[in-house]
Amino acid sequence: MNMGEKTRRDFPILSRIVNGHPLVYLDSAASSQKPAAVIEAVSRYYETSHANVHRSIHTLGEEATERYEAARDAVRAFVGARSREEIIFTRGTTEGVNLVAQAVGRTLTPGDEIIVTELEHHSNLIPWQMACRDRGAVLRAVPVVGEGYLDLEAFDRLLSPRTRVVAFAHVSNVLGTINPVSQIVERAHRVGALALVDGAQAVPHLPLDLAALGADFYAFSGHKMLGPTGIGVLYGRREVLEKLEPAWGGGEMIKEVWIDRAQWNDLPWRFEPGTPPIAEAVGLHAACEYLGKLGMSEVLAHEQARVAQCLDALGRIAGVTIYGPRNPEMKGAVVAFNVEGLHPHDGAALLDQQGIAVRAGFHCAQPLMRRLGVAGTLRASFSVHTTSGEIERLAAAVATLRSKL
Amino acid sequence: MALYSDVIRERFRRPRFRGAIERPDVAHEDVNPLCGDRVRIQGRLAEGRLAEARWTGDCCAICAASADLLLEAALGQPVGFAQGQTPSSLLERLDSDIRPSRMKCVTLPLTVLQDALSGQEVTR
Repeated sequence: MNMGEKTRRDFPILSRIVNGHPLVYLDSAASSQKPAAVIEAVSRYYETSHANVHRSIHTLGEEATERYEAARDAVRAFVGARSREEIIFTRGTTEGVNLVAQAVGRTLTPGDEIIVTELEHHSNLIPWQMACRDRGAVLRAVPVVGEGYLDLEAFDRLLSPRTRVVAFAHVSNVLGTINPVSQIVERAHRVGALALVDGAQAVPHLPLDLAALGADFYAFSGHKMLGPTGIGVLYGRREVLEKLEPAWGGGEMIKEVWIDRAQWNDLPWRFEPGTPPIAEAVGLHAACEYLGKLGMSEVLAHEQARVAQCLDALGRIAGVTIYGPRNPEMKGAVVAFNVEGLHPHDGAALLDQQGIAVRAGFHCAQPLMRRLGVAGTLRASFSVHTTSGEIERLAAAVATLRSKL
Repeated sequence: MALYSDVIRERFRRPRFRGAIERPDVAHEDVNPLCGDRVRIQGRLAEGRLAEARWTGDCCAICAASADLLLEAALGQPVGFAQGQTPSSLLERLDSDIRPSRMKCVTLPLTVLQDALSGQEVTR
C-alpha cells in the first residue's frame, strides 16, 4: 500500500461524496485538508487548556503558553532552523512577507532596488511594490524562460550594489518549478542584499534545512501543510532579526513602556504583537508531527510520482497544454494545464460535477499568466493522500471535458 | 436545473453577437477581478436606440452566453434599457444553476454595457 492509500483514512473529509461522486481533492496547493490528528489537537486544546499566553499566571495560562511555545520548537525542528528565536508566528505567508517588506522597507532610500521574479504569487509582489512606492525604490523582476525556469543570467545582470532585497518563491504555485534557493541566496548575499523566500508551496512537500539554505527570511503557511488556517511562520536569520526594527506594535512585543517610548521584547516575541493564534499553533505542531512521521523525503517521492503520472496522463490527451517543467524532479506538487477551447473556470466547474476539486484562474500570479499568454489555467495539486486512482479519474474526466460544453 | 443549460452551450458554441464594430458610437471594456475574464462591448446608436451591438472577450461559457443574450435583448431598445436590467433578468435567460461564485461571470457583460451606454440618454 503506498502513502496515498495509507494516509487517506487519516483525513475525515476525504470520505465525502460531492455531486454524487467520491471526492477527489486536487487543490491542496490552495489549501490542504486536515488529518484527524490536527483537528483533534485543536479541539483538545480548546477543551482542556485554552487561555491567553505569556501574561496569565494561572494554570490554564501556563498550559497554553507551554503548548504555544512547544509548537515553536516543533516548527524549528521541522524546518531545520538553528534557534527558536528565528521562528516568528504570523497569520500566514502573506503576513510574513508584508512584515519583512514593511520592516525592511523603512530602511530603503530612493534608488535602492528590490528584485522579485516573474513567477511570484501576488503576495510576494504587491508588498514589495508598496515598499518601493513608499520609499522611491525600484522594483525589478527576473524573467521566466523555457519551460518555466528563472533566467539566472538575467538575474546576475539585475544584481547590483543597489540591490537591497531579493524576494522569490521556493516553488512556483503555478508551474511547480523548484527554484535553486541556495544559488540565488548566495548571489544576493554577494552584493550585500537580503534574500526572502516564499516557501508556501515548498514546506508541505519537501525536506527543508533552513540553516543550510542560508536565506535571511523564509515565509510559509500552516493551512497548506495540513495545519489550521490563520497561522503561518516567518523564519528570520537571527543576526538579521536582531538588527531589524519591528514592523508592528502592540502588547507582548515590548519589555518596558513609557508614554513616549518603549523597549522592545526579545526575539521572537518582538515581532508578535497582540494575542497570537494559539490554537492554530497547537494544530500546526500536530501537522509538523504528522508530516515528520511520514518523513518529508518519502512525501516528496510520493508526490513526485503523482506529478509524473499526471504529466504523463494529461500529456496523452489531445488538446491539453501543460505549463511548467516536464521533469517531475524539478517540480513541486502542482500541474497546471489548459484544455483547448475551454475556459479554465468552465473546466473546473465541469470537473466539480464529477467530484473532482481543482483550482482554476490566474492563481494570484497575473504577471506569470501574461508571460504564458493565457488568461488562466486549471491546476491540479497533490498531497500525501493523493492516490494514482485519483490521477486516473482526473485524466479520464479531462479527456471528456470538451464534449460537455 | 443543469449547470450548463442548452442555452449556454448553444450560445457558447455559436454566439450570434460576437465580433467588433468599425467606428462604434459607444464602447467599454472591463475585467472580472476574480478570474481575469475580459469583456468588450461596442455599439452603434440610431435615434436613441441601440442599432447595432457586438461583444468580444476572453471569458468563460457563462459570461459569453450572458453577453450574447444580453445584446440580443438590448438590440433595438432605447439606450436606457441596460439600466433596467438586473442579475435576475440575466439569470432567467441563462436558465442554469448558477452558483454564487459564478455570478460575476453573469453580470460582467451587463456592467460593461451599462458603462458603455451611460450618459447616452441626454444626447438623444
